Amino acid sequence: MAVTDAPKLITARFDQEDAHTLAGYESSGGYTALRKALGSAPDAVLAEVKAANIQGRGGAGFPAGTKWGFLPPDVSPRYLVVNGDESEPGTYKDRLLLERDPHQLIEGVLIASYAIAANQAFIYIRGEMPFAHERVAAALNEAYAAGYIGRDIMGSGWSLDVVLHWGAGAYIVGEETALIESLEGNRGMPRLKPPFFPAVKGLYMQPTIVNNVETLSNVPWIVNNGGAAFAALGTDESAGTRIFALSGHVRRPGVYEVEMGKTTFRDLIEAPVYGGGIRNGRGLKAFIPGGASAPWFYEEHLDLPLSKATVDKAGSMLGSGAVVVMDETTCPVRAALRVVRFFAHESCGKCTPCREGTNWLEKIMHRIEEGTGRADDLDLLLDVSDNLSPGIAWPPRQTTICPLGPSAVSPVASSIRRFRDDYVAHIDQGRCTHD
Amino acid sequence: MGRLNAGNVALAHEIIGRYPRTKSALIPLLHLAQEQDGWVSDEAMVHIAELLDLTPSEVLGTCSFYEMFKREPVGRYLVNVCTSIACMLGGGDELLEHCEKSLGLTPGATTADGLFTLNEVECIAACTEAPCLQVNYRYFHRITNEEVDALFADLRAGGRSGEIPPHGTLTRVRQQVDPQRWDGRGGEGLPEERS
Amino acid sequence: MTDIAENGTEAVRGVAVTLNGRVIDAQPGELVINAAERAGVYIPRFCHHPRMQPVGMCRMCIVEIDTGRGPALLPSCMIPVAEGMVVETESPVTRKAQDGVLEFLLVNHPLDCPVCDKGGECPLQDQTVAFGPGESRFVEEKRHHEKPIAISDVVQLDRERCILCDRCTRFAKTVAGDPLISFVNRGNETEVNTFPDHPFASYFSGNTVQICPVGALTATPYRFKARPWDLDQVESTCTSCSVGCRVAVESSSNQLVRYLGVDVDAVNWGWLCDKGRFDFEAVNSENRLARPLARQGDDLVEVSWSDALTKAASALGGAKERHGSSSIAVVGGARLTNEEAYAWSKLARSVLGTDSVDAQMGDGLPSDVVLGLPRATIDETCAAGTVVLLGPDLKEELPILYLRLRDAVVNHGLNVIEISASQTSMTRYAAVSLRYRPGEAAVLVQELFEHAGDVDVQADLGRARALLEANNVVCVLGRPSVAERADSVVQAALRLRSRVPGMRFLSALRRANIHGALDMGLSPGMLPGRVSLEEGREVFTEAWGQLPGSVGLDTAGVLRAAAEGRIQALILVGADPLADFPDRDLARRGVAGAGFVLAVDCFATDSVRQADVVLPAVSYAEKAGTTTNIEGRVSRLHQKVTAPGTTRPDWMIACDLAERLGGDLGFETAEAIWDEIERLAPAHSGLTAQRLASSEGLEGIVAAGPSSILETTMDVTATATLPVDGYSLRLVSTRKLYDNGTLVQQSPSLAPLAPGEVVRANPADLDRLGVASNDRVRVASSRGAVVAPVEADAAVARGTVLLAFNQSGSGAADLIDVSLPVTEVRVETVGIGDREVSG
Ligand SMILES: Cc1cc2nc3c(=O)[nH]c(=O)nc-3n(C[C@H](O)[C@H](O)[C@H](O)COP(=O)(O)O)c2cc1C
Ligand code: SF4
Ligand code: FES
Repeated sequence: MAVTDAPKLITARFDQEDAHTLAGYESSGGYTALRKALGSAPDAVLAEVKAANIQGRGGAGFPAGTKWGFLPPDVSPRYLVVNGDESEPGTYKDRLLLERDPHQLIEGVLIASYAIAANQAFIYIRGEMPFAHERVAAALNEAYAAGYIGRDIMGSGWSLDVVLHWGAGAYIVGEETALIESLEGNRGMPRLKPPFFPAVKGLYMQPTIVNNVETLSNVPWIVNNGGAAFAALGTDESAGTRIFALSGHVRRPGVYEVEMGKTTFRDLIEAPVYGGGIRNGRGLKAFIPGGASAPWFYEEHLDLPLSKATVDKAGSMLGSGAVVVMDETTCPVRAALRVVRFFAHESCGKCTPCREGTNWLEKIMHRIEEGTGRADDLDLLLDVSDNLSPGIAWPPRQTTICPLGPSAVSPVASSIRRFRDDYVAHIDQGRCTHD
Repeated sequence: MGRLNAGNVALAHEIIGRYPRTKSALIPLLHLAQEQDGWVSDEAMVHIAELLDLTPSEVLGTCSFYEMFKREPVGRYLVNVCTSIACMLGGGDELLEHCEKSLGLTPGATTADGLFTLNEVECIAACTEAPCLQVNYRYFHRITNEEVDALFADLRAGGRSGEIPPHGTLTRVRQQVDPQRWDGRGGEGLPEERS
Repeated sequence: MTDIAENGTEAVRGVAVTLNGRVIDAQPGELVINAAERAGVYIPRFCHHPRMQPVGMCRMCIVEIDTGRGPALLPSCMIPVAEGMVVETESPVTRKAQDGVLEFLLVNHPLDCPVCDKGGECPLQDQTVAFGPGESRFVEEKRHHEKPIAISDVVQLDRERCILCDRCTRFAKTVAGDPLISFVNRGNETEVNTFPDHPFASYFSGNTVQICPVGALTATPYRFKARPWDLDQVESTCTSCSVGCRVAVESSSNQLVRYLGVDVDAVNWGWLCDKGRFDFEAVNSENRLARPLARQGDDLVEVSWSDALTKAASALGGAKERHGSSSIAVVGGARLTNEEAYAWSKLARSVLGTDSVDAQMGDGLPSDVVLGLPRATIDETCAAGTVVLLGPDLKEELPILYLRLRDAVVNHGLNVIEISASQTSMTRYAAVSLRYRPGEAAVLVQELFEHAGDVDVQADLGRARALLEANNVVCVLGRPSVAERADSVVQAALRLRSRVPGMRFLSALRRANIHGALDMGLSPGMLPGRVSLEEGREVFTEAWGQLPGSVGLDTAGVLRAAAEGRIQALILVGADPLADFPDRDLARRGVAGAGFVLAVDCFATDSVRQADVVLPAVSYAEKAGTTTNIEGRVSRLHQKVTAPGTTRPDWMIACDLAERLGGDLGFETAEAIWDEIERLAPAHSGLTAQRLASSEGLEGIVAAGPSSILETTMDVTATATLPVDGYSLRLVSTRKLYDNGTLVQQSPSLAPLAPGEVVRANPADLDRLGVASNDRVRVASSRGAVVAPVEADAAVARGTVLLAFNQSGSGAADLIDVSLPVTEVRVETVGIGDREVSG
């Protein structure tokens, strides 16, 4: 399909200099969706979002409208929490949405809060993004002053406060229940679901909707253009457009909004408007299709379309929309170690298998990479992996509360399965064979 | 140093007021302490505990979970070089090596003059812009070795202060809610917590 | 899942769960781990604790659970049963996962079992031996930490052994409400620790040692004292205060080495306070009285039992003969078992002929109030519509009652109205907290119902009034302060009762077996079984032979009479009026003024040193019997060790004395005494030894006594507001858990924890008086003066001064005149040159 004419729903203002200001936003259609939403009943807005069939963009891909519908009726207060913790290696899109088009998110927050009858929303932004924080703070201040947020919004009788909150450096806080813990001032340790499904028992044990920045940034467009228009984009199963961060060994790393289901990995990596092909004309070794937690893909997966169902079926996930490309010169042991290191470093420490297991995996991988690996290390790696994620299957089973621990298994299992020889060479020769 | 000064206490109360439950203000208040002193001292944690009706132990429990809170003084400039997978592929390791040389530091260490602390960090959400680093969390995308040297030289010479405030200052634009617009119903109907 | 059964009551239908191929009947809402255990399948666990909310983090208990969407590995400690659920605890997948978790737990564990206190009783060790990997596949360096660090005066933490199960930290936060230990750092670096210079100074810290599933937390008083396989254990009841927690008493080589809390639903849920847990050291103390003593001039010298008894009997007999029975008084008895208290009650009434017997030391409440008001149990109190607290700081005096009430408030929304003279540990949990001026509790209650009070407190009064409308109101009633007389508190309680129909009461008197002593008639005018002298006259005259003709004196009356030379023989049964009576001046004059003093005790207290004859008694865990707690719950005590020297049980001493005096109490054994109690004491009828020994008796059985006494004796007239002097402040004096008392002072691990004497006052009052915090001040009353450091404390109400009772230093007792309704004091800074004098 034509790679060039993909519609831009949420990155449309990325090139507009003043898009982050209220004036700039309003001049390009900003806050018309809010006005429209407030003119109809909350249920009607919810119906529109359901019709759009938009899947969450935070990683799990759960349909947003369905999630909002899970809120138990008549329980208040209830909250909306925006997940802007973006920390998964390879993932880079929410920060841009926050920095370049903060009002679009705020408008999405307002409409979503209206639809779920919340009176307070929290925007949780990753601590290491002060510029995004400043942009959102300024936008919130403007929006409050203009009467878009606060008491009796635009005469509707409905009120909302939006509180800007920020993290302080912990990837796990991106997991929604950990995010809630963190927002409550606690250590960001996930809660078990069930019983702690946020929609039922979330922030302060009240019904809470947690959505990703990108998910909510789509909401104004959906309200303005109708859910059906959104659902018409992409495929039946993966609607709309999505932002992908393309990094690693490509000529043109970058952040691209593409239509779901229509674009393939090959398009993304090779098309001149996107990645422009592997750097230095080299061949592809592997790519991670959906952030560090995703099992790796190879050559044979290039023609899969960017659609949730297809990628799931092929044994990986689109996750957070992060495609990391490794060329043929990449040492797979080193690359996998780097990903394992991340998860070991970011384990919250709550579950024994994750706290001890990810760290153990890192230690074994480290010695192999360093050249002091042992003959039975591969079996050990796989068995430790199996104890974190029984069966090492996809979708993963887990002995842990959240998927972080099992995520560390993806790079280990992927790389051993595909590049066993490289591991063996490292162990036999006592050095990295790619140096 | 240590306890929050009067201005920050006032700010702290304003921040606490935004949340249905006071403990939610803990991370913002720790940031405030770090902004004041460049790090989070024990005295600051004790003071925050007082402000939030917590024990110092509870404050420490939260504070120590998060990477950004430094419980010992760090340099005026915290140089965080990303070597996570995407940056590794894009030259992060080489960038780190160059920074080590340029600053004469191993990761985790601080220069004798207290100006720079160098850190190797995990993904900072700039994956398409490798190699990259942050100085006090201000981004430098696709930075070259020459640019690194120039940046450090500028900072040593006291330059770039507008762009990079001292360590601890994250935001220079704060959310400010006009009491006229403030709805403040976030905790209405919330069951009382009598911990 | 409830059904309405045919008779209209709700019948609970079970939940059918398939466990390892067998259908079991689980209870609705029950967790899989518990349902399986009841069905005989034990699922291994570390973080799960039946008395705390599950966190599901150790992952040891993961099993395959299928709720219809295919089997998934889930923590059985967090998943409630559901109809049709299929659970596999032995499947290869479950086994592999659990073995994996165990291996992960051992990755960083030092495996130093041979030198670990927990070795031999360690779940981790047991699991490892049973299922663990033979050989470690982890070849790298383990995590290292400094070995053990003291996190409090009594608890040490070895972070290398810790498996991060969150039991101790969860306990500290959610059960004790003292979150002074937390997880620190993240991921693989996580450790448990305190904040620098803020130790885990919780009254409940010892529980963390008991619930730690490995040897990470150890108790300083127990460390390296014994190995589990050398321990002998017996179940008993704690008598460190009157809550009556069930406890396992453990000894090694005839030395007490450890107490563990035993989980009973009705009382302590397995918890103990640190005083109760560690004061076994006092029983082991070398300072125990081991042989009888008799006065020779200024000294007490060791004598034989025969000589001591002869000497005592002749003095008692002489007093009775020359001055009549009313010249003899018996003070004390709260330390005794019920049987011993009964024996002493019988000795006093039938042999000595006196009714001047009192187990209370002037710091309690009138016995007809304690015994006569309708009662509530702890469970009933926790489940009440509203609870009124009118008594001391529960955390200081009845720690486990505090835990139970705190739990009821935090987890079950119990509404508490606190009526107190200053803030207490319950204030933060109270729905309304009302302050009264010392001596004016009854006035406050009057205002409460008469819509008076100034505007500030109006709203609080209104809320309290509304809460009192609830069904089922219980008042926890004790003595808020010994610096005010009991009258005003009693009147407040009675007035509340007259306004709140059906109100019931839970006693908050603290001293050991005080309720048993009162039940056994160690109170003037009362006979065993909660009947008055008159009500019981017929029955007891017949059984005992004779009874005194009229009601005798209480402790204050006895001391006053003694000071005036009207008491010829004063018997102190485990009583130390010089330390415990609120008015030390009167206590001194009383003890000095008594013609002859006989002391029966375990230690040479201040009062014992004034005695003419001293008889050494056996102590806790050296005797069997029963005890009665605040609820009236009778539970059993057991012997674990043999007593030192020639000490005898108190009941035997009573029998010996009776014999020397020509009487016969008729008891050969403690069991025989209980049989007589059951036969004669109305409140204890039917409470047979067999029932107490049966499974029903495991958590004790509440004696349901008559409650008709009160109506006839108490009058409910209002107290007029007392005149106020603009410069004086009113004294509030309450106990701290750790004080100068014998149990604490003779327990080396606890003695240093007593906070010492500090005067506390509201900062505004100190400002007004020109006194600075940390100054040394002189606090003077009409009775005497005390010099101590002062601390400004906003928790102290304006117009009052707080001085804890019985701390080292000259003490609040020097200020209190029990003949006055309140204790008015002046506070002034002691100048640099001033001599620190008192009196
Ligand atoms: C370890 C972990 C990290 C996560 N990090 C993020 C994140 O940084 N941002 C995000 O939006 N969702 C993240 N998620 C997903 C969230 O839990 C949650 O599904 C999402 O925020 C819901 O929003 P959505 O439905 O709009 O996608 C993470 C999940 C896990 C398990
Ligand atoms: S899997 Fe890891 S990160 Fe997730 S809750 Fe467990 S320990 Fe924390
Ligand atoms: S006992 Fe269930 S997870 Fe620890």
